[in-house]
Amino acid sequence: MNNEVARYNKTGAASKWSQRYTMGTVTGNTIVYGFLLVLFIVTFFPFWHILVLSLNDASDPTYGQFMLWPSDFSLASYRTVLKDAEILNSIIVTVGRTVIGVPLTLACVSMLAYSLSKRELVGWRGINLFFVFTMYFGGGLIPTYMVVKSLNLIDSFWVFIFPGIMSVFWMILVRTYMEGLPKEMEEAAQIEGANDILIFLKVIIPVCTPVLATITLFSAINHWNSWYDSYIYTYNPDLKTLSAVLVKILNQFETNDMLSEAEQLANQQRKMPVSSESIRMAVTMVATLPIVLMYPLLQKYFLKGMLIGAVKG
Amino acid sequence: MEVEVDRSNEKMPFLKNPTIKKMVRQRYFYLLLIPGVVWAALFSYAPMVGLYMAFVDYQPTLGDFWGSLFKADFVGFQWFDYFFSGQDFVRVMRNTLVSSVLTLSIGFILPIFIAIALNEVRINWFKRTVQTASYLPFFISWVVAASIVITLLSAEGPVNQLLMKIGFVEQGVLFMQEGKLFWIIIALSNSWKEMGYTSIMYVAAIAAIPTELFEAAKVDGAGRLKQIWHVLLPMVRPTIIILLILNIGELMNTGFDQYFLLGNSLNRSYSDVIDTYAFRYGIQNGMFSYAAAVSMFKAVVAFILVITVNNISKKMGQAHLF
Repeated sequence: MNNEVARYNKTGAASKWSQRYTMGTVTGNTIVYGFLLVLFIVTFFPFWHILVLSLNDASDPTYGQFMLWPSDFSLASYRTVLKDAEILNSIIVTVGRTVIGVPLTLACVSMLAYSLSKRELVGWRGINLFFVFTMYFGGGLIPTYMVVKSLNLIDSFWVFIFPGIMSVFWMILVRTYMEGLPKEMEEAAQIEGANDILIFLKVIIPVCTPVLATITLFSAINHWNSWYDSYIYTYNPDLKTLSAVLVKILNQFETNDMLSEAEQLANQQRKMPVSSESIRMAVTMVATLPIVLMYPLLQKYFLKGMLIGAVKG
Repeated sequence: MEVEVDRSNEKMPFLKNPTIKKMVRQRYFYLLLIPGVVWAALFSYAPMVGLYMAFVDYQPTLGDFWGSLFKADFVGFQWFDYFFSGQDFVRVMRNTLVSSVLTLSIGFILPIFIAIALNEVRINWFKRTVQTASYLPFFISWVVAASIVITLLSAEGPVNQLLMKIGFVEQGVLFMQEGKLFWIIIALSNSWKEMGYTSIMYVAAIAAIPTELFEAAKVDGAGRLKQIWHVLLPMVRPTIIILLILNIGELMNTGFDQYFLLGNSLNRSYSDVIDTYAFRYGIQNGMFSYAAAVSMFKAVVAFILVITVNNISKKMGQAHLF
């Protein structure tokens, strides 16, 4: 339709009807493209703004204002941040929990998904309800804290792993995928004498790669972004995740401790290339960067996985 | 072989029961269930049992959690009474409901518009770029989002610059200190974070519409707007309704992160929702039983809301949760 309109415009052979139509199309296109351009600016510009600020000298008198490009380019904030022992340690903790947590989650979620994909299991309804119920009701903040404490998980690295090791929502995603697999695959393996665990490991898991990739991304993003468990369940500064450190910086408790007193004083007179704000910008960028780097994978798996969940969940 | 099986059946007569036989045959599946059952028991059902705290006067000094929980004095609904009769209840409920209704009204409409607009775009690179950017806020943590929001809304930040430039205000607005602006800040940040992502559902629903319907409408002389109104929207209506219903079911579950991270002592009377209130009283002030009662009230109301909404959507013949 648009091509036709374009052709009419080029040849100038538009009738009265199509002239009106063309006018409508032009207005329509302006609205559509204008709206989406605003959407693009609204979603992209904030990240760009943070990036520019993190790369700008903090002593710049216009620091914090709208800039399309760093007016006074400086890597000083990143240098300060990446020299800071607390930040470096928090990056190690965050990477560590992601690397250890994601495979364990994959294992637990797919095991549960496989057995619950067998609706002929005796007691299936009850077992399924046992899990689905936890999606809609829970003990809440305080009892959960108490239980975590009674399990001796306070100030332990494992508090980052065990409470979030499973997700019923992810289980449903994987189960839906498994239920869509052809039954003949399992039957063939059964005839050859494989038991159910062997079938699960050798037949089912290999063909579930797409949905497991989705869960890997879900889980990795969760681990990378999490701050709450680190914030309330750990007191040891060596167990703070990157996001938990950023929360602390947001609360502006410790930002200035990273700098010496002389630096702080100079900062107040806006003569240092680094300020508490520019440090916050740099840490925000460090926390965002891995997600941006994972973007091609996210586009491929995450969105698809979400649609399975939307349709069948 | 068979003789052996028979003998074991004689020793354990229950093995003759066909249900038990079936369960024995399915034993590996039960084995695979174990990690999930342990997880749910420890991290979901144990805290639910722990909700008994809300009905006692829990004192952490009495020893370990379970011991002191069941030794503590039973007080019935005293903590609930205390919550409902205080002024905090009205304020916290107001903040919870107003900010979520505001979020729902902004955040629900936008994704529909986004999907319709994306569907009209014929330039692929433009479409892809806009879509890619629109998901980005969804994937970052609320901590990063809060840091961004605070930066954008700072006294000399770009938002204030823009407002001053168009003459809307004369001096920079102190957004984060102005309690009255908190609800709209929350609603806009929530929508900013979710809209691109939610629009995927609608994009998928639109993509599923048979092209013949649009062709037919075109033959009948329908322009773009008429095609959207008479073909696209009716076809997407089931998706709109189900997402609306699900969103209404979540009205009480405002989320914790954004309120906790964007809230401060200056905007507290507007930023305090049930979750942050319970957090402050429980974790920070040590009033464990009271905080447990407050969050239990929320959990029960939210649960009833979700179940009701689910039943409504079942009756309407839409997809349902379980």
